[in-house]
Amino acid sequence: MSPNIAAFLYLVSGVLFILALRGLSHPTTSRRGNILGMTGMGIAIVTTLLLATPSLGGFVLIAVGLAIGGGAGAYIARSIAMTSMPQLVAGFHSLVGLAAVLVAASALYTPSSFGIGEIGSIHAQALVEMALGVAIGAITFTGSIIAFLKLDGRMSGKPIMLPYRHLINIALLALIVFFIIGLAVSESHFDFWAIVVLALALGVLLIVPIGGADMPVVVSMLNSYSGWAAAGIGFTLGNLALIVTGALVGSSGAILSYIMCKGMNRSFISVILGGFGGDNGAAASDDGVQRTVKQGSADDAAFLMANASKVIIVPGYGMAVAQAQHAVRELADALKKNGVEVKYAIHPVAGRMPGHMNVLLAEANVPYDEVFELEDINSEFAQADVAYVIGANDVTNPAARDDKTSPIYGMPILDVDKAKTCLFVKRSLGSGYAGIDNTLFYKDGTMMLLGDAKKMTDDIVKAINH
Amino acid sequence: MANDLLDKAIGDLDRAVEAVRTAAEYVPDAAGAAAHGLSGGAIDPFVFQLAIFVLSIFVGYYVVWSVTPALHTPLMAVTNAISSVIVVGALLAVGISASGLATGFGFVALILASVNIFGGFLVTQRMLAMYKKKDK
Repeated sequence: MSPNIAAFLYLVSGVLFILALRGLSHPTTSRRGNILGMTGMGIAIVTTLLLATPSLGGFVLIAVGLAIGGGAGAYIARSIAMTSMPQLVAGFHSLVGLAAVLVAASALYTPSSFGIGEIGSIHAQALVEMALGVAIGAITFTGSIIAFLKLDGRMSGKPIMLPYRHLINIALLALIVFFIIGLAVSESHFDFWAIVVLALALGVLLIVPIGGADMPVVVSMLNSYSGWAAAGIGFTLGNLALIVTGALVGSSGAILSYIMCKGMNRSFISVILGGFGGDNGAAASDDGVQRTVKQGSADDAAFLMANASKVIIVPGYGMAVAQAQHAVRELADALKKNGVEVKYAIHPVAGRMPGHMNVLLAEANVPYDEVFELEDINSEFAQADVAYVIGANDVTNPAARDDKTSPIYGMPILDVDKAKTCLFVKRSLGSGYAGIDNTLFYKDGTMMLLGDAKKMTDDIVKAINH
Repeated sequence: MANDLLDKAIGDLDRAVEAVRTAAEYVPDAAGAAAHGLSGGAIDPFVFQLAIFVLSIFVGYYVVWSVTPALHTPLMAVTNAISSVIVVGALLAVGISASGLATGFGFVALILASVNIFGGFLVTQRMLAMYKKKDK
């Protein structure tokens, strides 16, 4: 195949990827978008095979590799629980990062198969692009593994603060730049592997100090990094599909990071610097003031909700942990049968990744047109009789709106305290993920339902249907 | 009709590049080649690649802002899947590399990228299939 037709086809697959993302503007067009994305990937793969037709042995190797990887990927995609989606995405990012490093390595060892020169005489420009792709890829690889371990609970969500970590990071970065220049000048394989090792270390050090509360930003940020790494390799290989995709993914991840930061009213820099979201909640409630909490039972809650005309359900990550999403849907069904209007309100940072709650509710067969974003529903709490908060905490804390001294002051919250009654399901009266006491608990209109989220919701459904 | 035009256009482009190729006897790479032909060879192909890169960032910016927040998780899964188009590099490495080491790296990269391609697209499909409208 002529390289020009190949370049044209790579562009076609890049365009199909754009359309795949465009389809996600609405659930009805999203499925077609996903198919366009798959088509784009198919075109890119077939084009590559036609452009540089492999030998028979090469073909066999490729088929074996595709079968092993594809089989594993398909198995994971079918068996993964929707609650584990953040870990899965973090894990997948690490694979892209490592693949970028390996592709660059093989380009360094046989540049002629990639059309970037001969060993010892690779263009300096290609080497710089390669080095950037490798450095970002390696950071993505180890960074995503740490994010995966934290999200999967195999590693504590507590920030790990090394002494002098900023100095260490800057030193590592300076060394990476030094070796990139070295690689461009000398094409030394030692310099290449030095970049890899240093970037792998930097990836770990960048993510360990970031606390569990900031994980949505981290996952989005690593998403962005994996795109920039792909773009770097795309420049090295002069491949349009890779350049276009890298840019798309890079900007997508960056926008999601921005949305997540805004949802928490935190600056991107302060998230990167880390240290937020540890176990410092003990001190928060020690202000000496005796405050009372009104507790209720499932029967009380059932009575209030069955007699309401409008109920807004506010789910958070705790709902996912308790696997209560199906029970919540049953609650909504029972209420609707009694003529109650039910809506769901989702905070941008509910869950552990952007849009996580929406997927969990969709899995529980909640129609997406009953689920609303913060800015669309916040004004409706004032007209609601009951706000049912299940597994959310910090995103409902009125201190973020009213108390200038609160560490989360300025964070946009769902105004559940404006509803006539706020039913708050919670295991115990502890503080939330950010380690901050929730002043909502002590308000007159709040009734605490202490217990497991799923069991409590089930009991309420039983009481309503009784 | 459109196909005929497209074929003709591609044919013209092919001939233009062929002319530049004989004149300059040096065409760096596929993507650059087309650009090189258009500019009469005065501009480095890298500049064209950079232009495509920059414009794609803008396209990405506007397209991603139009994605509904309810689909942000599928968005991450699908961007993850498409970034595995890095598989083209792995295919080149496995298919035509002469050195054993490079083939080895390429083979592992191929496996990793295909986990991502199949896993990413299929999990996105699984998620999107769950989004349903209220039945009336």
